[in-house]
Amino acid sequence: MNRFFDFFEFSWFEPLIEVGSSYAEQIDGLILTVLIIVGTWFLAAEYVFLHFILKFRAKPGRRGEYIDGKNKRHKRWITIPHLCVLVFDILIIIVSFRVWYNIKMDLPEDPDGVVRVIGQQWAWTFQHPGADGELDSPDDIFTVDELHVENNKTYHFELQATDVLHSFSVPVWRIKQDAIPGRTITGWFEPTRTGEFDVQCAEICGFGHGVMAARVMVEDAETHAAWVAANTPVAAASAPAGSTPASQ
Amino acid sequence: MVEPAVDLTHGHAHDDHADHGPQGWLKYLWSTDHKVIAMQYMFTGMFMALIGGFMAYVFRMQLAFPGMPVPGFGMVSPGEYNALVTNHGTIMIFWVAMPVLLAAFGNFLIPLMIGADDMVFPKINRLSFQVFFVSTIVILASLVVEGGGFAGAWTAYPPLSADSTYNLTPLGSTLWVIGVGLEFVAFLLGGINFITTLMNSRAPGMRAFDVPIVVWMIVVASILFMLSVGPLLAGAIMLIFDQTIGTGFYNPATGGDPILWQHLFWFFGHPEVYVVLLPAMGVVIEIITTFARKKLFAYRTVIFTIVATGVLSFFVWAHHQFIAGIDPRMANIFTITTLLISVPIAELCFIYIATLYGGSITLSTPMLWGLAFVAEFLIGGVTGIFLGAAGADIYFHDTYFVLAHFHYTFFPIAIIGTFAAFTYWFPKMFGKMMDERLGKWHFWLTIIPFNMIFIPLFVLGMGGQHRRIYNYTHFPELAIDIFQDMRIVATFALLIMLGAQFIFFYNCWKSWRSKERAPRNPWKANSLEWTTESPPPHGNWHPDRMPVVYRGPYEYNVPGREDDYWPQNEPK
Repeated sequence: MNRFFDFFEFSWFEPLIEVGSSYAEQIDGLILTVLIIVGTWFLAAEYVFLHFILKFRAKPGRRGEYIDGKNKRHKRWITIPHLCVLVFDILIIIVSFRVWYNIKMDLPEDPDGVVRVIGQQWAWTFQHPGADGELDSPDDIFTVDELHVENNKTYHFELQATDVLHSFSVPVWRIKQDAIPGRTITGWFEPTRTGEFDVQCAEICGFGHGVMAARVMVEDAETHAAWVAANTPVAAASAPAGSTPASQ
Repeated sequence: MVEPAVDLTHGHAHDDHADHGPQGWLKYLWSTDHKVIAMQYMFTGMFMALIGGFMAYVFRMQLAFPGMPVPGFGMVSPGEYNALVTNHGTIMIFWVAMPVLLAAFGNFLIPLMIGADDMVFPKINRLSFQVFFVSTIVILASLVVEGGGFAGAWTAYPPLSADSTYNLTPLGSTLWVIGVGLEFVAFLLGGINFITTLMNSRAPGMRAFDVPIVVWMIVVASILFMLSVGPLLAGAIMLIFDQTIGTGFYNPATGGDPILWQHLFWFFGHPEVYVVLLPAMGVVIEIITTFARKKLFAYRTVIFTIVATGVLSFFVWAHHQFIAGIDPRMANIFTITTLLISVPIAELCFIYIATLYGGSITLSTPMLWGLAFVAEFLIGGVTGIFLGAAGADIYFHDTYFVLAHFHYTFFPIAIIGTFAAFTYWFPKMFGKMMDERLGKWHFWLTIIPFNMIFIPLFVLGMGGQHRRIYNYTHFPELAIDIFQDMRIVATFALLIMLGAQFIFFYNCWKSWRSKERAPRNPWKANSLEWTTESPPPHGNWHPDRMPVVYRGPYEYNVPGREDDYWPQNEPK
């Protein structure tokens, strides 16, 4: 069964946008699957449609036919195609379910890291757990409009909003999730490409929606460790180890 | 056939029967004639289309040339940009598509096509337009009040829309909700009329399955509207309370829930798509059968299909909310229903194609618009499958792919469908023929640029370009040259398309001024509106010569008949 689904994992719009996460290819593959199915139908329908327009242009001396579409022999011409549409719909539903399940429903247990993403008018605040790997401890690193993650690690994100709706979107990872004030929504991602990429707010959030841009830095292990070390708050770094029992 | 002297015999004979009401200019304000009300809706809708089109011009110019003053508008600030896209959407759907397709053509066509002298509730009909007119003034006022027009997108998601400390438009956002609410009231009043009129006022002999499809479509659309708008109207009142007296229906801090609005909005919002789609599809059926001289393929299947579409359309709303924070399991259910609705819509497209088969097709201007509707709407339909599949929607949600998709549905509906209907019934509405040559120029100069606008936007959406951003230079991956070139292409195409509309207005003016009168039945069509004068008099037919119906409206090229058409009211 897995081999069946692997068939649908394929990235093809690299020229437009890079593939940056473990599940990006699943989404790209789903889009390609849909494209092939509906594209074939679309071309066939347009071909027949235009063909009929050209073929049945009015000519002197020829009358139109009288077909009421009531008998079975004629109705077949629409019942068979629409049953085919139904079959292809079911195929798309199956492939789509699997992608949706992997990304939105099946949260990997024991992630390698966790970050908190907080949307507010009109900036993203990112709370990194720091060296101890725990959020809400003194060595947390807060950044504005700059998310730092390590390549090839699975992360959970805890998404929050302080004022209005925002939407955390990283196109290279193909991830998008609305942030809702009063709720924490947990999701996951696993970056697979190092570099610096756009983070968008994809839900209109007021005057500054258009400038609510951030960047994500996907770093290899060494660079990331160096960044954590360099940015750990001074107070936390100098505090006695016993003050953060959660991290022990 | 000798035409009776219109003004004398007819007007006199009618005096005993109908309420003529006030004369002079007051006639237009207080008329209860369904045709006058239809024209009022039509011209209000067209006026609003100009405003909506101007807004599109301003924000497309800003996107193509960010930071440069737009001729005729000036510099576009981020807040103005948001207000422009918000009101472009609001106006185009609620003040253009709805009044023109549903209200104007519904009012004009239903009594004429079923052989009635007017709507059953003419005064409610008048009230409907008057409420609509007030709503138009309210929405226009909301654009110019202090703080500017509402800028929280046409979907008006709270908390942004509910709290002026977030949206910075205290007056604009409240007026926006009031305007939209009044507009709903107007269409509820109109919808009651459409449904009752079809049920009660059909000509003698006209059975349910002898009614032209476009009337069925408009009535089914009115039923959909009536069933779906209630929750949103309640939601809109809660939103006004949140804005003005500080309740917290949508405020999580006081126990409310912002997602509640999304459910109420889209429970209405998705059926709303079908509310405007069905009349357009009906118009196209009338045109295709007339100009292909062909009986409609499987009439009853069409009726059952649109009823099925209507029922299904109430169970797809959450596909707008896949990533909005709803329970992810719910997305699976709505993926299934959303993809299932492709079956009846595909069936309707197959029926169009099957109807063309074996016809004798004349490519007149209305026919071109009708065929273009099918060809272009197919693109809108198939791209919807990408968005209905929840997995792909994670990426496409709120990108330009969505934007291009729904413009490929709404443009065929509201613009192509309207031009199809307008050019087809122009002789009946105004008693003059339109210029075919100008009509074809206008057609091609609208259709080609339309595709040039939105095909690049599909590509931009696949590249990750998200919506409602006034300036993409803040996003390095979206600020690359090739993307900017695509935005410029789309903007230039829009300029061509807007310019081409002058051809249309010139054509209308020229045709209206021409001395030549249109015959009763210029297209040799079967339905009843073609059996009266062009334009029809007050009361539609001479009261002693109200039509009687003997058959369905699509009897073209019946074997054994000399004429290739067979009007519904001809006994033999």
